[in-house]
Amino acid sequence: MTAPVKDPVKKVESARESFFKRLTRQQLFIPLAALVLLVLFNLIADPSFFAVSIKENSLGNPVLSGNIISVLDNASELVILSIGMTLVTASSGGQDISVGAAMAIAGSVILRLVCGGQVNADTMHMNLFLALFIAIVVSMLFGAFNGTLVAYFKIQPMVATLILYTAGRSIAAWINNNELPIMNDISFKYAGTFLPGIPVPTPIFVTLFVILLFWLALKFTNLGLYTQSVGINASSARLNGLNPQFIKLLTYMILGACVAVAGFLRVSRSGSINYSRIAENIEMDAILAVALGGNALGGGKFNIYGSVLGAYVIQFLTTTLYKYDVASTALPAYKAVVVILLVVLSAPVVREKLTRVKGRTPAKAAKEVS
Amino acid sequence: MKMKKLLALMLCLALVGSLAACGGGGEETPATDAPDTPATDAPTTPADDAPAADGLITVGVINNDPNESGYRTANDAAMRATFTEANGYKATFYNNNDAAQQIATAQQMIQDEVDFLLLSPASTTGWDTVLQDAQAAGTQVILFDRMLEADESMYVAAVVSDMPAEGKTAVDWLEAQGLDEYNIIHIQGHMGSDAQLGRTGALDEKVAAEANWNYVTQQTADWDEATAKTIVQSVIDSGKDFNVIYAENNGMARGAAAALDANGITHGVDGDVIIMGFDSDKWAFEEVLAGRWNYMGLCNPLQADTVDAIIKDLVAGNEPAEKIIYTPEQGFDAAPLPQADVDKYGT
Repeated sequence: MTAPVKDPVKKVESARESFFKRLTRQQLFIPLAALVLLVLFNLIADPSFFAVSIKENSLGNPVLSGNIISVLDNASELVILSIGMTLVTASSGGQDISVGAAMAIAGSVILRLVCGGQVNADTMHMNLFLALFIAIVVSMLFGAFNGTLVAYFKIQPMVATLILYTAGRSIAAWINNNELPIMNDISFKYAGTFLPGIPVPTPIFVTLFVILLFWLALKFTNLGLYTQSVGINASSARLNGLNPQFIKLLTYMILGACVAVAGFLRVSRSGSINYSRIAENIEMDAILAVALGGNALGGGKFNIYGSVLGAYVIQFLTTTLYKYDVASTALPAYKAVVVILLVVLSAPVVREKLTRVKGRTPAKAAKEVS
Repeated sequence: MKMKKLLALMLCLALVGSLAACGGGGEETPATDAPDTPATDAPTTPADDAPAADGLITVGVINNDPNESGYRTANDAAMRATFTEANGYKATFYNNNDAAQQIATAQQMIQDEVDFLLLSPASTTGWDTVLQDAQAAGTQVILFDRMLEADESMYVAAVVSDMPAEGKTAVDWLEAQGLDEYNIIHIQGHMGSDAQLGRTGALDEKVAAEANWNYVTQQTADWDEATAKTIVQSVIDSGKDFNVIYAENNGMARGAAAALDANGITHGVDGDVIIMGFDSDKWAFEEVLAGRWNYMGLCNPLQADTVDAIIKDLVAGNEPAEKIIYTPEQGFDAAPLPQADVDKYGT
């Protein structure tokens, strides 16, 4: 009589177990769990965190304002970078640490072009889209430099990109003759702030557009498949008729384009640049976003949406810490805690142990019942 | 093996490349980059500070990163314009915001037996060994722009901005505004720098002493405009009331103003929020002149001429009359700011 009573319980238990297992095995589990944790924390600590209000900015435009808007707005550069970084990671099994310095270069190029060499310009000297296009080309060339070192000279990505990491900010300063140009034309700042009459910050639209572009590229081209196969095993990819070197180079150039857009957003937020401070340490956040997204930092399979989510989680964490007046110098320490947790959780030894523990309990329970 | 060799080769290239690139960018010119300095120095007897045989005074200039702010750009440009061969100097420049790197380079310069070491330290502490080495080697140390913590006997002169006085002037000005309550967003510079300590000190004292002076938040933005904007935006998002933004340089004040603009909060002379900045940027003067900001504490970046005069005096055998020379500075607000001052002090 006892068996029929116990059986359904066991079934439910094992169903729950397998659901949990399936859930944790999902790649998006880690970033989603982190996001839920942050949301819960803020809900409990102070629900007003989520309040969004409409205000009128100094130009008389209605604008949305609130922590959530700030998170979405300020994460834009990081999201765009993390998409490119995911591709680079997947194809070459390493990360580009020069993205912050390359953003300084892209921003410097744009300001140089629109300011026309003036230090304090009131009108734009060049069409903004043309300037952005040139910055993208320049940035992709720098990406190609990194990519060539990695793909054709087979240098470890971190070492190869160390060159631009060290030199990039000096190059950025050199582009503008060591001046710090300022662009006062209000339309230059549309991309980094608000378009007239639209209450949502423009960077959010730009980010959505970039995500859409990559969604289309991954859906309708073989970019994703090729990148993945080169990352998993370059020589077997070559035997199957792919050109691993070219694919790696391509991913670095794509990252270059992402960097230019991110750099453009950053300089158009304020209309000015500070070479040594702009996007400082953003490369670490971008790599962290890729890791948070559940992507293997050793290359191979990847999921850009995981990285996108990871980037938003990082910005969410930053904004939360600001809200609670944590000194901004202490922010890296909190991020370090997250990194340690992630790295430990994703270490093969720990993973194996975890699955074994999970696998054993239901088996033991089953034995005892029988 | 092949891979390893190639990697080693590329590493070397990377190092050389970064050095060359830095030299080209004019940002970091390590002393070791100029191997001819010791050679021309050979006839110099450092103890008596006689000029080198070719008549040039060798100086090692250690400064912060010129791209850090408009103030620093002006400061660095003035130093480079003054210490030239045409002016009788053989100068080696080094720029870095990292005190450890500055210290290593300073020691290298002392070993290279420069006559004068001109120093704008990134942090106020940690310079004891350098100063002792310099004294032992007969290198005379002149501080410019920023102070460090050491006994006065360790350097021959200091041409600096009086940072605590700058802070005091600004806080006095703020007090004179006679607000009922001071709810202050305090955006600090790079923690531990002379400018940050001086400008923070005066305000900290006042906030601790007065009941109606409060910090809404006190955060460092590391001289960065974008970070300053984020900090102010987060205060606005959390719905706290504030009426003063005390930013420790103009760039950060600009970022703060951008956050206010984005939320439709008025600032400046007729606005709800008082904006205060520091340094000497011409555009910031114009913000004050136009009434969009309320106050700018002038921090004069042009010490090069004074340093030049002191060195020429020392070489001629005259000790400087005062050990610490403060560059003339004052606070500016919209009311009495004539265009002439903008042209005179703006950089």
